[in-house]
Amino acid sequence: MAKNKQKNVLPGFNLSLGYTLLYLSLIVLIPLSAAFFKTTELTFAEFWHTVTTPRVIASYKLTFGASLFAAVINAIFGLLTAWVLTRYTFPGKKLVDALVDLPFALPTAVAGIALTAVYATNGWLGSLLEPHGIKVAFTPLGVVVALTFIGLPFVVRTVQPVLEDLEAETEEAAASLGANRWQTFSRVILPALWPALLTGFALAFARAVGEYGSVIFIAGNMPMVSEITPLIIITKLEQYDYAGATAVAVVMLVISFLLLFAINGLQWWSSRRNSASR
Amino acid sequence: MSTTVSQLAHYNAKVARSRATSEPAWIRWSLIIVSLLFLSLFLFIPLAAVFTEALRKGFETYIAALIEPDALSAIKLTLIAAAIALPLNLVFGVAAAWAIAKFEFKGKSILITLIDLPFAVSPVIAGLIYVLIFGLQGWFGEWLIDNDLKVIFAIPGIVLATIFVTFPFIARELIPLMQAQGKDEEEAGLVLGASGWQILWHITLPNIKWGLLYGVILTNARAMGEFGAVSVVSGHIRGMTNTMPLHVEILYNEYNYAAAFAVASLLAFLALITLALKSYIEWQSARSVVAAKPVDE
Repeated sequence: MAKNKQKNVLPGFNLSLGYTLLYLSLIVLIPLSAAFFKTTELTFAEFWHTVTTPRVIASYKLTFGASLFAAVINAIFGLLTAWVLTRYTFPGKKLVDALVDLPFALPTAVAGIALTAVYATNGWLGSLLEPHGIKVAFTPLGVVVALTFIGLPFVVRTVQPVLEDLEAETEEAAASLGANRWQTFSRVILPALWPALLTGFALAFARAVGEYGSVIFIAGNMPMVSEITPLIIITKLEQYDYAGATAVAVVMLVISFLLLFAINGLQWWSSRRNSASR
Repeated sequence: MSTTVSQLAHYNAKVARSRATSEPAWIRWSLIIVSLLFLSLFLFIPLAAVFTEALRKGFETYIAALIEPDALSAIKLTLIAAAIALPLNLVFGVAAAWAIAKFEFKGKSILITLIDLPFAVSPVIAGLIYVLIFGLQGWFGEWLIDNDLKVIFAIPGIVLATIFVTFPFIARELIPLMQAQGKDEEEAGLVLGASGWQILWHITLPNIKWGLLYGVILTNARAMGEFGAVSVVSGHIRGMTNTMPLHVEILYNEYNYAAAFAVASLLAFLALITLALKSYIEWQSARSVVAAKPVDE
């Protein structure tokens, strides 16, 4: 503060920052640190053994693989949805726009049982897919469906404002210089959308990795096949294996923190690019 | 006469623009249809399924599932958890946004990242960390037993887990909003002799009311719907520590689908109200921005 030439005259700095730090420490930082302290009860060999048993490894593969798959689906169709919602008009558009946020508002357990009902072999969509040999509910594909639902709004909502702010002049310039519509899209519009698209993709991926509620209903939860990592943590907890549960949780925490830093970096890049273009 | 000319010019420009920078109708409509198909598969059809499944066995079974004592106690507990978590995170959100938006200090961006942490943590882990602290083998486990207090498998644990998962919502909404608004108005209030609390109450809060409301309804939706974190700390004691989402799970696992979907439909209804309020707030705040603009220029 002393470095500031112009002294800030507003009151309440110490109180508001002090309260923020106190509340943050009590609710988030100290409890999270408990997870790291708990793992110190294990030797490194024990820790490593716990987090690399075949069943846990299989759960990482499913969790990260399905999350990646779902995030890719969301990146493609989220971009398309954002485009349709900003560029075109059609009846019911306002309603569709509002409903895109449904996965943020709908409790995950409700989403889980609803998706299971729809995609089970006797469900509305499941019964249509079964004759073609496609089973969704109670298979890894069901996990992808649930994670796609959970991450759906992220890409739409990060890309939409950038598309809205895109100036028509750049597209007109491209068109007047002889670019066809596809060239304009891939060489002018898409590069401007990249940071937002990547941010939305990363947010959807990060959310999917930790998701529990919607997945457990549709996954079938078979060990080695359709068991996600958060479920492994729950199972270990129910067996009172607190150290084991915490070891797996710490692995997930570290990955989540890395993702969070990557997302913050992406958002910084995207805001810098947007302000530079203005 | 002049208006018709300018209207015509405007119309011509519009036609020229739409030809150069828009797609042919068939592309437009196929994109719209593909997008709606995607949204139907993942959003609209599952949403419709909640309500049809809930009413499958008739309206009487539906009502019976909602007024049964365990369901009522789950509804009550959900409301209690949200009613405690909401004001606490509200006060925190305003305090954090005040410190971050109105002052410069070292480590600000680290602080913002730390506030985001609960978004990045799996809900299951959010529950786990409180078990590690307040559970039987936890840091305060013995002390809690000696003093006959219960946190895990009791209401305090559920409230704590709910606070954790909804921690960043209001702060995240307010920080960019208050940063964009600057501090000129607050400084003017100070010069005119207002106290800090008067500035907060009469200047800052009215300025951020829409953002605040937006954060509150998002927090509320998540607080009432949280499943993973609450599931870890609740212990699933029927009629005691079951929230609505946990009640849905228990009914579902007992193959009592009609009742499970009946309670789920209440939560889905709540989600739809949340979305309606959210759209209303977005519309209102866009209007107040438009209304404020001519004054600036």
